[in-house]
Amino acid sequence: MSFRLVVTVKYVPDAAADRRFADDLTVDRDDADGLLSELDEYAVEQALRIAESRGQNGDDAEITVVTVGPRDAEDALRKALAMGADRAIHVEDEALHGTDVIGTSLVLAKAIETAGYDLVVSGMAATDGAMGVVPALLAERLRVPQMTLLSEISVEDGTVRGRRDGDTASEWLESSLPAVASVTDQSGEVRYPSFKGIMAAKKKPVESWGLSDLGIDADAVGLSGAWTTVDSAAERPVRSAGTVVEDGGVGGKRLAEFLASRKFI
Amino acid sequence: MTEVLVYVDHVDGAVRKPTLELLALARRLGDPVALALGSGAQDTAVALAEHGAVRVLVADAPEFADYLVVPKVDALRAAYERVSPAAVLMLSSGEGNEIAARLALRIGSGIVTGAIDVRPGDDGLVATQSAFAAAFTLTSRVTKGAPVITVKPNSAAAEAAPAAGAVEPLAVTFGESATGTRVTARTARESTGRPELTEAAIVVSGGRGVGDAGNFHIVEALADSLGAAVGASRAAVDAGWYPHSHQVGQTGKSVSPQLYIANGISGAIQHRAGMRTSKTIVAVNKDPDAPIFDLADFGVVGDLFQVIPQLTEEINARKG
Ligand SMILES: Cc1cc2nc3c(=O)[nH]c(=O)nc-3n(C[C@H](O)[C@H](O)[C@H](O)COP(=O)(O)OP(=O)(O)OC[C@H]3O[C@@H](n4cnc5c(N)ncnc54)[C@H](O)[C@@H]3O)c2cc1C
Ligand SMILES: Cc1cc2nc3c(=O)[nH]c(=O)nc-3n(C[C@H](O)[C@H](O)[C@H](O)COP(=O)(O)OP(=O)(O)OC[C@H]3O[C@@H](n4cnc5c(N)ncnc54)[C@H](O)[C@@H]3O)c2cc1C
Repeated sequence: MSFRLVVTVKYVPDAAADRRFADDLTVDRDDADGLLSELDEYAVEQALRIAESRGQNGDDAEITVVTVGPRDAEDALRKALAMGADRAIHVEDEALHGTDVIGTSLVLAKAIETAGYDLVVSGMAATDGAMGVVPALLAERLRVPQMTLLSEISVEDGTVRGRRDGDTASEWLESSLPAVASVTDQSGEVRYPSFKGIMAAKKKPVESWGLSDLGIDADAVGLSGAWTTVDSAAERPVRSAGTVVEDGGVGGKRLAEFLASRKFI
Repeated sequence: MTEVLVYVDHVDGAVRKPTLELLALARRLGDPVALALGSGAQDTAVALAEHGAVRVLVADAPEFADYLVVPKVDALRAAYERVSPAAVLMLSSGEGNEIAARLALRIGSGIVTGAIDVRPGDDGLVATQSAFAAAFTLTSRVTKGAPVITVKPNSAAAEAAPAAGAVEPLAVTFGESATGTRVTARTARESTGRPELTEAAIVVSGGRGVGDAGNFHIVEALADSLGAAVGASRAAVDAGWYPHSHQVGQTGKSVSPQLYIANGISGAIQHRAGMRTSKTIVAVNKDPDAPIFDLADFGVVGDLFQVIPQLTEEINARKG
């Protein structure tokens, strides 16, 4: 049987555009331009490289991308397919609106289990929620090793290896398969979809699954099922315009005066 | 009596500053009970007691260093059952968030990550978070179970508050998944002698404008004149001019110092995500339209190779 890679991808509001919250304090996904979270591109890239290195050994690999999100989230799947993934799963259900991280990890874990996997690859964090905990939660739920925040990853003879750069040390990690991995933006340059890839992506299947397909009760997810709630979202006040001066030869001295006035020196 | 469990971040018994900040937050919510794991756990007790820990649970076993994350979750779970705390607080960092999330799932609680404040409210603890590269401030609550909340460094001031700090050994039984991810080698980061980036009161950063690895000494000299930590933009890191461990931003460290000085950094959204909550922001950039000036309390439009050495000299002169 071929080696099964599953990549989690999230559809997020474009960081370069206006990001806001809707009246119910969930992310406004209707008025915002969305895209595949840039950090998930690194996960797709590493999955492609792992599949390619198996290909060189004559082994087969299949890459499935999965997302949980509203209708437009299909755009994120299409981008991943255009990069070279084989197949896509879109978990979409009215009841999912407002799901928090505990609920999201439940739905993703069920979808991954149902799809079948040897290795799950995620991005280090999504660019909207940015919690960076979904991969750890998936490992906990799926009861498989957690190989997260890797800046290097390789798979050989049923073993996953990688490097994790933490706060105080770099660690080399190793686990057996199946496992859940997440990769950082240090893991390697991401490829652009080729014209051929974009054309091929149009023909690749995107399966749509609902909560009932996964045996998940609607009460376990959504705003009402959430374990957390947001009470307020306020735009940070724009800073009152600071002072900007031209250097003119004494810029360093004027900066020093400013720092002194604020008691930093 | 309400107890609040605080997970201790320490290096061989030396408690890191963010943990002392957590104890200050925890004291607003109840009696802090600290959990310290691994080599040197016992040695943390004095510092923790000085900052308000009424009890210090300690456990050491090779598993904490030899396997990733899960042994610590097993220990935290054991501590949670022993204490039945009203909340669990820990540091928001890559590992901190992962430990917290797995604990929350096991104990049936919700989780809030990256809080910049935690206070008691009418319907339970209220956490403040910043969102979308710190363009928004959210308040949120955990509605199921004992809240598990991770807090960013520099979110509260550490306070001396002597307490009993009674040391209690904690017995931990490791589950099957504890040994799933082996640490086969580890290289400790070399100390630069400068303050830790996320904990520093002043951060001096350099970006693409610095132009070369060899020029970073200009940034370092300014940092040293102020007793500051050195940061870098991703452009500077990707060019190999400074180590990734010093990257500030969305995929690097998030810092919240009293003073942030950006040199030759344009101020892209991903960089802002990691420094926007700094109290005072200063920028030096030769492009008057650089977006970093929108954030700056004081900006100098000029060549950093002129401005920075002059500033450093001026600071050193005032000190001398
Ligand atoms: C500003 C903000 C703050 C939030 N704070 C909290 C909070 O404190 N507590 C809480 O419970 N929820 C919170 N949420 C909701 C939470 O972010 C979502 O439930 C989200 O789907 C999962 O978290 P993440 O985006 O942070 O993912 P991360 O853990 O940052 O993402 C890691 C990887 O998981 C995968 N992934 C995440 N979500 C999906 C998805 N829907 N489909 C496919 N793959 C996915 C991606 O591969 C991603 O790269 C917050 C959301 C926002 C926008
Ligand atoms: C998914 C993702 C994650 C990212 N994460 C991060 C992150 O964590 N941190 C981060 O920083 N970036 C991150 N980035 C990159 C970010 O988008 C920018 O590319 C980066 O911040 C630019 O760095 P810079 O400001 O140093 O370089 P530039 O944008 O090239 O700016 C250099 C500035 O230096 C000025 N300059 C040049 N010479 C001089 C001189 N002699 N004197 C004074 N000024 C001079 C120029 O006017 C210019 O404004 C991320 C990007 C992506 C897509």
